[in-house]
Formats: sequence, C-alpha cells, structure tokens
Amino acid sequence: MGIIKTLQLCYDYLRYDDEGNDPVPSRAVDQVDLDIEAGSFIAILGHNGSGKSTLAKHINALLMPTEGTIWIDGKDTKEEPELWKIRKKAGMVFQNPDNQIIGTVVEEDVGFGPENMGVSTENIWRRVEESLKKTGMTAYRKHSPNRLSGGQKQRVAIAGVLAMHPKCIVLDEPTAMLDPVGRREVLDAVTELNQKEGITVILITHYMEEVIRADHVYVMDKGHIVMEGTPREIFSQVDQLKNYRLDVPQVTILAHELKKAGLEIPDGILTAEELAGELCPSN
Amino acid sequence: MIRDITIGQYYPGKSILHKLDPRTKLIGTLIFIVSVFLFHSVPGYLVATAFLAAMIYLSKVPVRFIFKGLRAIFFILLFTAVFNILLTPGKVLWQWKFLRVTEEGLILAARMAVRLVYLVIGSSIMTLTTSPNQLTNAMERLLRPLNKIHIPVHEIAMMMSIALRFIPILLEETDKIMKAQIARGADFEKGNIFQKAKNMVPLLVPLFISAFRRANDLAMAMEARCYHGGENRTQMKPLHYHRKDLIAFLVLLVYFVIALLSRIFGI
Repeated sequence: MGIIKTLQLCYDYLRYDDEGNDPVPSRAVDQVDLDIEAGSFIAILGHNGSGKSTLAKHINALLMPTEGTIWIDGKDTKEEPELWKIRKKAGMVFQNPDNQIIGTVVEEDVGFGPENMGVSTENIWRRVEESLKKTGMTAYRKHSPNRLSGGQKQRVAIAGVLAMHPKCIVLDEPTAMLDPVGRREVLDAVTELNQKEGITVILITHYMEEVIRADHVYVMDKGHIVMEGTPREIFSQVDQLKNYRLDVPQVTILAHELKKAGLEIPDGILTAEELAGELCPSN
Repeated sequence: MIRDITIGQYYPGKSILHKLDPRTKLIGTLIFIVSVFLFHSVPGYLVATAFLAAMIYLSKVPVRFIFKGLRAIFFILLFTAVFNILLTPGKVLWQWKFLRVTEEGLILAARMAVRLVYLVIGSSIMTLTTSPNQLTNAMERLLRPLNKIHIPVHEIAMMMSIALRFIPILLEETDKIMKAQIARGADFEKGNIFQKAKNMVPLLVPLFISAFRRANDLAMAMEARCYHGGENRTQMKPLHYHRKDLIAFLVLLVYFVIALLSRIFGI
C-alpha cells in the first residue's frame, strides 16, 4: 500500500435550494481508486467542477468520504480520532495565497503549523529556518506577507507546510492566481522538494504545462478518474483530452496536427525543443 | 487614501521599542492614554508631548508613518472640535445669531483635539513597533486569568490577530471594487449623505461576499495546518521580560506619578 490509497471513494455535496426543501446530494467524487507511492510526483488534472479539489481535501482529512475509504500512510481518516495526526502527514497548499497566510510576518506564519502541533520553541525556530531555506525565502523572513509577490506568498505557504515535516504535500491549484514568473517559481520549489527531500507531491491543476514534470498523471472528469498514465501517455491522446475540456499545450497540438497531416512524429510531444528535435534531427 | 490607515501595519525595525516585551508596550500605552486624560493643563500636555516625542524618537519609525494614522480621524477631530466650540456654555467671545463661541468652548475643543491626536499617535507607535501577533500574544498572556471564568481568551486573541491581518487586504479590496464600480458608472461622490450611503451598496455587497469567502478559505487553511484551539499549543516567540522591560516600567511609573501629581495638585 502506498502513502495514499483510496478505495471506491465517493463524496456528496448537499445542495440547498432557496425554498427550504430537503437538500439534494450532488456527487463530486465518484468511486475513485488511487494508490500513490511515497516519494512520487503526482499530478491530478481536471476542468472546473471535475472533483479534483474535493478529492484533495480528503487527503488532508478536511472532508470525510460519504462512501468508501481513504488511507493516509496506513491510517483510515474515518477511524482516526485525532485528525491533526493525519494533517501533520499531509500538508496542503491552497489556491489563493492571501487566504492561507495567518501570520503578519513571514517567519511567524511559517511557525504557525509547528505551534499548533506543540513543537518546542527551539525546534520551531529550527524548522522555520530550515523551511525558509528550502523554499528560498530566508531573505524575506521579516517581511510582511502583504508586500510579497504572488509567487513569493505561495512559497511562504509551502514553507509553512514544510515546517510541519509532512510526508506528502497536496497543492490545490497553487498557481491559478499567479503570473508566469510566479508560476515557475512555485513549480521549481515544489519539484526541488520532491527530488531533494523525497516528499510526495500531489499537484492539482488545470494547466497541462505543469504536469510535464510529474511521474504519473490522473485526469478527472465529473468525479471520475478517466485517464491515467505518464505525462507522455496522457499527452498522446489529444482528442480525448479535448473532450474533457482540457487545454492541451500548443506544441502538443501542433505535433498532433502535423502527424495527422502525414509527418512521422511520435505521439505525446511535450516541449518545443522536443518537437524541433523531431522535425530537424540534424540539429 | 484608503490604504493610509496605519493600524495593523507593522513597521519592522530593530529599535529599542521594537525589542521591548509587547506586554510592556501594551501596559505602557494604557498608562499613556490614562495620563492624557489626567493632564489638563499646558505644562501637563508639555510633559505628555515630551514623552511622546521621546517615544517617536526611540521607535526609529519615520515620522510620516506615525502621522499617517491621523488622517483617518481627521473628520472625527473636526466634528468634536466644532461641537465643542459651538455648544459649550460660558464666557461669550463671538456671537452670530444662535451660533456662539465661548472661551471655555475653545479650551475644551483644544483639549479634546490634543487628547484625540495623542491617543491615536500613542497607539500608532505601539502598533507600528509591535507585530499584531506579538500584540495579541501579549493580550492573551495578560488576560489569561479570565480563562477561569470561562472567557475564551485564546480564541478572542486569535480572532483579533486575524482581523488585524485582514484589514489591509480588505482595504485594498475595497479600493479595487470601488474602482471597478466607478468604471461601471457608479458614483460615490455625488448627492447628499443618504444618497451617498445608498451608493455604497454596490461596494459593500461584493466586499461582504468576498470577506465571507476569505473567512471560509482561511478557516480551512488553518485547520489544514493542525489548528485546534489553544490547547497543547506552543509558541514560536514566547514572552519573557528582560532588563529593558524593567527599566521601561520604571520610566512609566515615574511618568504616571507625574501625571497623577499634576492632577492632584492641579498644575
């Protein structure tokens, strides 16, 4: 069993109407089976409303499954009376950088998690120092979060999660509100953590460009997992991806169209360099 | 203009005031506020002014930051001044129909203005040199005895620190929504006070919705980071009194005694 395992996971949101009728359940996650290896970099792709964020909140025990089971590091979230033990293992970074920073100074925010866990003062400082260093935010430790850029704020949020020494980090569309520079900053930080620290990363996104770095990709639609595989396997099925309303990177589309027109190119081209290499092998 | 309120805007620095224990600063501010109301003569106000000036100097915070906070209370100041001048009975200096200015009114207006201004500057110095987290920490510690009568001190302190953190964000948002509504033809300047209040609706509704959304997100983020109330919680920056706090308390004591004496002897 991997670090995260789900079995027939289902979740219903209750929808209330204005007339005060009984709430109608609407299924957000439907019979999802996952098994994620420790230390891997997983991406979950999906259009708005595909259930990807709902799934993410189960990993952190913020939501409890309506049906089915989810195990985090061997612990069933339903049977764990002390939920923060699970939250300690699986940290979470959210979409809006402003709405997840609690501290008014960067270092105080990074220390918030360890404070809640009852870590001793000395150790909190050590953890804060180390997390800031790993995310490259040491220079900003005394700054107010309001004066940082979006990418920097997200890195602070990541540092805040890191300070809790999690085994796994779930990032719920961490780049959706960032500019391209900030997006790159955050992804680089995350990739580094995965490679150097061996932390399991679960990146939830609807930007296909971001999943190229992942080891394994799941595509969600209407609560189901509809595709899975390596990025290359996923990207070779351009038409299917379009069906799920995902934006396929332009290079991949171009390669796909060229192939349809009769050029001999392999499926699943991910970057412009790769396509250039295929088109002019002499270079 | 809307961003210029300094309350909740910590100005990072390394001055002696920054390094004092926040409890010392909190008590000090309270003593200063009380003293401003104790003094009621020119020499007394001179003492308060000297004290305030010394604090501003020690804080090493640029003076313009300190005075920025005053802009927000400008209208309250104007209001109280006008009412005090016009409505205080006493020796009439100038009269026009039912409006009259009295000597007592002028003195009272000046006194109230000085008190208000000093109050705001005094508390601004505290909030500029103390991070809101430290401040709530201090309050939590000072009010801890109230836990015994089942007042959720930790929760209140946490709410305050969050409120302080979100003030600048919500102000910025107000600014943004205002501009967006102006771009759509909303007018916040025109009309009498009732129309103006009515015109605020398209500003307040989106602001409230967004505030609720933020609150929801934040609660989730806090839970995700293991927040479960004040129990078993440790602190990154626990409070300890140092030598300089002792000195500060001595200075405060001397200052307070001066204030008390000036009141008692009416100097």
